[in-house]
Amino acid sequence: MSLFSKENGAVFTGPLNLNNPIAVQVLGICSALAVTSQLKPAIVMGLSVTVITAFSNVIISLIRKTIPNRIRIIVQLVVVAALVTIVSNILKAYVYDVSVQLSVYVGLIITNCILMGRLEAFALQNGPWESFLDGIANGLGYAIILVIVGFVRELLGSGSLFGLQVIPSSALMENGGLYLNNGMMTMPAMALIILACVIWAHRSINKEK
Amino acid sequence: MGLKKYIDQNIKPQFEEGGKFKSLRSVFDGFYTFMYVPNETSKAQGAHIHDAIDSKRIMSFVVIALLPCLLFGMYNVGFQHYNAIGETAGFCAMFFYGLLAVLPKVVVSYAVGLGIEFIIAQWKGEEIQEGFLVSGMLIPLIVPINCPLWIIAVATALAVIFAKEVFGGTGMNIFNVALVTRAFLFFSYPTMMSGDKVWVNGQYIDCINGTVDGVSAATPLGELAANQPVTTDFVNTITGLMPGSIGETSVIAIAIGAIILLWSGVASWKTMLSVFVGGALMAIIFNAFGPETNAAAQFPWYQHLTVGGFCFGAVFMATDPVTSARTETGKYVFGFLIGCVAILVRVLNPGFPEGMMLAILLMNCFAPLIDYCVVQSNINKRANRVKKA
Repeated sequence: MSLFSKENGAVFTGPLNLNNPIAVQVLGICSALAVTSQLKPAIVMGLSVTVITAFSNVIISLIRKTIPNRIRIIVQLVVVAALVTIVSNILKAYVYDVSVQLSVYVGLIITNCILMGRLEAFALQNGPWESFLDGIANGLGYAIILVIVGFVRELLGSGSLFGLQVIPSSALMENGGLYLNNGMMTMPAMALIILACVIWAHRSINKEK
Repeated sequence: MGLKKYIDQNIKPQFEEGGKFKSLRSVFDGFYTFMYVPNETSKAQGAHIHDAIDSKRIMSFVVIALLPCLLFGMYNVGFQHYNAIGETAGFCAMFFYGLLAVLPKVVVSYAVGLGIEFIIAQWKGEEIQEGFLVSGMLIPLIVPINCPLWIIAVATALAVIFAKEVFGGTGMNIFNVALVTRAFLFFSYPTMMSGDKVWVNGQYIDCINGTVDGVSAATPLGELAANQPVTTDFVNTITGLMPGSIGETSVIAIAIGAIILLWSGVASWKTMLSVFVGGALMAIIFNAFGPETNAAAQFPWYQHLTVGGFCFGAVFMATDPVTSARTETGKYVFGFLIGCVAILVRVLNPGFPEGMMLAILLMNCFAPLIDYCVVQSNINKRANRVKKA
């Protein structure tokens, strides 16, 4: 089978849209609520999950025939934990402030349902290249939703994007304007409502046949 | 009935299937049934009890019961204003000032809420439900006078969509819509909803937006939350001439509303009474055993019941037939716990000066559980009776 066959294309595009891990399977909600109050940590988190899912998928897929079935969860956890530790340290070394913002949620990627789900459902049955594509696609599908939620929350909650002020400060009420930033947008409760709206929109566009 | 005949013959067909304005069917239907009693009633067979009461009539009674609060709120807004700027003014001037300040809020709340209801009814092809008649009146009464109109519009829209329509519309909502609006305002724009700058309108009326540099005036609960002695005297907390949300200050006006609600049988006296009992009991406990240094704990229990939104919440929010417990025994439990939790939040959490909103919303989620327990215990009781026999 060629590297970019039709089946592999489907493996790659599915999680981005019709089989999106957050919007359709509703997995990984916890971190999606916790890290999306600003756009920058949301993107970093999305990329971290993409990298970890892709490489843990590849590793598990490579050793899938040697893993004894009864201890496979532990093996998966060891692989994921190793990758999470590596990513966490890289973040600390190169983007320290973001890693402080993300705090425990990088470590908690270990418990992200998307990862275990892909390892169990895909990597254990498929070859390394397909598993790699699947991991990348699921990570990106997760990241897309995070970016959408993070965009709305940062824009309406802090009036900025990537930390840059978008809404002119003269419009704010403390400077004599009319506008006020919505404090609830910075709370996880509002992230849940926005996420619900995203899912609502997604399902209205892609009606089940 | 010339007009009705004319409407029936000439205007109604245009809104029916095949007519010119078919897509506006539910709008027409809404106005039509609001103005005229519907023609179709259940047939005189079977076990129906015929009663003229329907949800439109219930809603209308609640709105009538809210009018004393609204009118007094308008007067109080004017009174606080002239008091703050140190001018003397007659009764009419004060009332007129308040009218101009409050009316835009009522209009905005109704326009946004009903607008969304109309659109959704049109979209789903359903009849327009009348639930928002009450919520639209409650919303302006539970916000501070300086709350800007656009914020009220945003909060109303969010509450109608996310607290009501997603649950299936009027009668299906879990949470009281007006309180969700207030909760959204409270958590989203805390600077506009609490503190001591928002309660008195210091400027001359500016109909477009709320005024920013308000006059400092703390509510009794604001003072308690800051652990300071209350400056408003007890008589003023009863008459309502004190700073506070527009409709919630006057115990007298709320009592008139309560009498209307109870006399017409719209609200349950069980819920109302048990809220006061719960609140009083909790406050007495705090009076007796609360820490000496906590001003809210040492605040006399009878005054706890007259300040803030306690009365307003007990009479108009806790008794909401949709979101409160429906079993008769459940109503006692439901009301009692609202009273307890409201005082608990007031006293123990200085971050929330007023606990009534949170207490009612919290108990709204437990109302189905309370009902379930009451129904289940009744079933068990009867099952045991059968076993014994």
